[in-house]
Amino acid sequence: MSPASLSQKNRITGGLVDRDQPLGFRFDGQHYTGFAGDTLASALLANNVRLVGRSFKYHRPRGILTAGSEEPNALVTIGDGAYQDPNSRATTAQLFDGMTAKSQTKMGLLSFDLMAVNDLLSPLLGAGFYYKTFMWPAAFWEKIYEPIIRKAAGLGSLSGLADPDQYDKGYLHCDLLVIGSGPSGLMAALVAAKSGLQVILADEDFCLGGRLNAERQEIDGMESAAFAALCLAQLAAMDNVRILSKTTVFGAFDHGCYGALERVNEHDANGAIRQIFWHIRSQRCVLAAGATERPIAFSNNDRPGVMLAGAVRTYVNRFGVAPGKRVAIFTNNDDGWATAQDLHAAGVEITAIIDSRTDIAKTSPTGVPTVLGGQIVNTTGRLGLRSVTLNNGAHIPADCLAISGGWSPTVHLTCHQRGRPVWNDAIAGFVPGENLPDGMIVTGAANGVMTLASCLQSGLKAGQQAARDLDRKPAVIKAPRAADESFAIQPFWHVKGSDKKAFVDFQNDVGVKDIKQSHREGFRSVEHLKRYTTLGMATDQGKIANIPGLAILADISGKTIAETGTTIFRPPYTPVPIAAFAGRSRGKDFRPTRLTPSHKWASAAGAVFVETGAWLRAQWYPQTGESEWRQSVDREVLATRASVGICDVTTLGKIDIQGRDAAAFLNHVYANGFAKLPVGKTRYGLMLREDGMVMDDGTTARLGETHYIMTTTTANAVGVFRHLEFCRQCLWPELDVQLISVTEQYAQYAVAGPNSRRLLEKLIDSGEDISNEAFPFMACGEISICSGVKARLFRISFSGELAFEIAVPSRYGDAMIRALMAAGEEFGATPYGTEALGVMRIEKGHVAGNELNGQTTARQMGLGRMVSQSKDSIGLVLSRRPELVRDDDYELIGLKPVNSDQPLIAGSHFIAIGASPVAKNDEGWVTSIAYSPHLKSAIGLGYIRRGNNRHGDIVRAVNLLGGQDIKVELCSPHFIDPEGTRLHG
Amino acid sequence: MIINHPHLGPRDASEFSILGDASLINRPDWQAGDADDAFYSYLYLRDNPAGLHRELWFHEQGDRSWLVVTRDTVTHAIIDVALASDIAKAATSKMSKVNAGKKTAAKKTATKKTAAKKTAAKKTAAKKTAAKKTAAKKTAAKKTATKRDVT
Repeated sequence: MSPASLSQKNRITGGLVDRDQPLGFRFDGQHYTGFAGDTLASALLANNVRLVGRSFKYHRPRGILTAGSEEPNALVTIGDGAYQDPNSRATTAQLFDGMTAKSQTKMGLLSFDLMAVNDLLSPLLGAGFYYKTFMWPAAFWEKIYEPIIRKAAGLGSLSGLADPDQYDKGYLHCDLLVIGSGPSGLMAALVAAKSGLQVILADEDFCLGGRLNAERQEIDGMESAAFAALCLAQLAAMDNVRILSKTTVFGAFDHGCYGALERVNEHDANGAIRQIFWHIRSQRCVLAAGATERPIAFSNNDRPGVMLAGAVRTYVNRFGVAPGKRVAIFTNNDDGWATAQDLHAAGVEITAIIDSRTDIAKTSPTGVPTVLGGQIVNTTGRLGLRSVTLNNGAHIPADCLAISGGWSPTVHLTCHQRGRPVWNDAIAGFVPGENLPDGMIVTGAANGVMTLASCLQSGLKAGQQAARDLDRKPAVIKAPRAADESFAIQPFWHVKGSDKKAFVDFQNDVGVKDIKQSHREGFRSVEHLKRYTTLGMATDQGKIANIPGLAILADISGKTIAETGTTIFRPPYTPVPIAAFAGRSRGKDFRPTRLTPSHKWASAAGAVFVETGAWLRAQWYPQTGESEWRQSVDREVLATRASVGICDVTTLGKIDIQGRDAAAFLNHVYANGFAKLPVGKTRYGLMLREDGMVMDDGTTARLGETHYIMTTTTANAVGVFRHLEFCRQCLWPELDVQLISVTEQYAQYAVAGPNSRRLLEKLIDSGEDISNEAFPFMACGEISICSGVKARLFRISFSGELAFEIAVPSRYGDAMIRALMAAGEEFGATPYGTEALGVMRIEKGHVAGNELNGQTTARQMGLGRMVSQSKDSIGLVLSRRPELVRDDDYELIGLKPVNSDQPLIAGSHFIAIGASPVAKNDEGWVTSIAYSPHLKSAIGLGYIRRGNNRHGDIVRAVNLLGGQDIKVELCSPHFIDPEGTRLHG
Repeated sequence: MIINHPHLGPRDASEFSILGDASLINRPDWQAGDADDAFYSYLYLRDNPAGLHRELWFHEQGDRSWLVVTRDTVTHAIIDVALASDIAKAATSKMSKVNAGKKTAAKKTATKKTAAKKTAAKKTAAKKTAAKKTAAKKTAAKKTATKRDVT
């Protein structure tokens, strides 16, 4: 024996652990050694650590109950700091060298938990206790009760730090997904693969084989674990098979889609992927998820050392660990006796076999006392089991009690598409019902087939059926030789009269008494029972608790289980970390960032960027000596209006529209007329939704007889394009028109200010003429610049100045901004960002996103007369609804504080002087505000009732959140150049 | 969900965005006397069936086709997928025939309109029953499959 084995008191011979690979780990600060192939649970048991946690509510000492993902007790926190992973099941956590784990749900020491006083108070803490006790006063709940209860009751806690691990997402496609690698799953996968199907075999365990690794049975003359290894080797050698170990298929979704979580690596500082969230698309699925053993309820059935009988076999056979020195067995079925045989074979002392049945023909291993018709009524041993007390008064010493209350088929995934399991008396369990997910075949123990030879055969049949369903000739494989062990059960759920601290749901501390109380207080349907007692609502989702809980409820109500019904299971089968769902879509990678063509140049120029949707746009360009953003923005505005400014406007949506009927199409989608727009001209277009509200606005230029280019706002680019495609395909399919988004194909710059023409004249090739006569306001056309680059020029203006927008193919975008800046040097050309853009449009009274908020009409914006009444356009009919044409409607106005030193706050509401600032006196609101360096005052735009008639009025702008209540003067929204002489210059 | 695109074959639903009831194709006549009511119904009144529902889906991350998807809202089974433009064209050609009739003789139009409506109604009815039949067949097939699985 190696020294590592010597230190592990409970390590026995055999099993699938590698004794040549000792692994050091820490639990609650104490150092231990286990072996490769261990779970944290098996390594703890090997080291005789039985107490691993405290229960959720009563803080009772708890040990390891199971050997799988159904574990309710042994939840631990693995890892430290940012790597800390709470509520990890010790029974599934693969041991690795250097693992650190901590117990949870305790105050102070695990062996002396300060909150264990709850256990003494348990008579007060029954079902509904929190609902009844902490309901008054209501205000106390959030601030006082809940934090205290959470602190006292909570499971593990998060680190509060960002998860440093990498997660990924992936898509897999196959003909057949086999879930579970036990005897049925292996057979199904083998025969399907040999029939030529593309097969994925997934199992949550790191060691595949399911119960074959946990049992000492013989198949084809070899040990079951060796048989599993042989099958897996065959599968691994086939090109059409993909084996996913450590992969939990947690949900069955629509149309053959399965969600699976692969735990690829443990925490890894080197950045290896920790977990992958797979979307698996499969034509067929064989569910071979096996069955889950359940306990029997009696007083103090939760002491450390109490374990499910099947789990005891797993620890003995698979891990070479004896869960106790002296084991007692309590069973209601034949399977419990298999545990006795295996323990005996491993040389572990069995102190008694207690079977609740009286009439059975089972022989115990030599020298083991058996008690037929026996029941356990109590146990002793606070921090670890010492003895069990029988109904006949006998005390039987035991440091481990193996319980078998029978096995429940793991039907979870069959329920994910509304399937309801049905009760089967023969196995005393629920089996899959109808309404299975599309293409799912359930086989083996998951389908109520409880013995080995039958499971192997049932798996073969399932795999062959999948092949037939997919029009393949099923391969013929001889069923392996194995025996059918006996599987007789007589339902026995709880020991009558032994109700005190008789637990059903170990994780949520729900006992027989709680179920009785729930029934007594009228919560009698299964769904009510669940919610009132929280039975089955913990992180294990009642994998072992639901059926016993239900059976006890049925017993109390005097109904059969079938009559009582069952709750159904929803995804996920086991918890899935949010990080896995997110994958790489975290932080900056949550969505793509779109950069404008001038981004590189703007970064070098020191621009401050702002997110506008997915885009990063320059907000302003600070210069040396500017410490406040306003200094930069004021300078940019003044410079543009005085000489020339340049702004990247690439982010506006650009839609190329072509076709013989393009004009007719535009006439339908814009509220104003487009039929008569001549070639070489641009027009402002107002787009309504069908409900009559304004959807978007922009300009559309007619570049040719059948060729238009539309711009949309940055924010609505995607939505408008979708809408136009809807109009084109669904409403006017007879029109000859095609659309394509060219937002990213063209870089576009606004060149604005009195010197904009002179700047551009330096760049255009000889022969081009952009004089006011040749290229007047709203002109557009193709133009050759910079010695032969084909550009598009638009004489449009958002700033109110003489202005142009020039578009070049995106690949010239960077060169274009540099060329513009170089040509503009003599004019002091100033790059400006979105803030200056906003200031100038507010000064000019142009509406933008704040005014186009989806609840405003053309009429409110002062654009009512643009809506043509003489053609069919989207939104026309409903824009005439009475409520939208009220005389006292809101109308767009400008505003200035009476005291020009005062700032304005967007979102403030208009209240008459002397009126109290309450909703009924609300007359409108401020939509946009800016500081106008020209007017040397804050200015704003807003909507107020009958605004057009109120220019010159003084009202209050009240902002209760901002603590502001100031007088403002209403005025025309056009603060600068209302006649538009600059535009036309 | 998987949507079987008429041009592109089976595509994941995440490539699409949904608009809703396919009746949005049938936009009313803006010049009709009852246009206000018709548009109100068109825009705001929707059926919300538990069962077969014709919906508009946009293949936004694909070829930008608008599709009419007939989907069972209870099981998410997709019974039929068609190009919305084909359906809209069929509807428009019917409409234009009616409009052509309008110009020649008012009386005739009236009869034609009702006739057109009737045929339309008949066709939809026939379609619906057909769809239902296939649906029923499919469920039946499913049921037998399920039974086979269990036994």
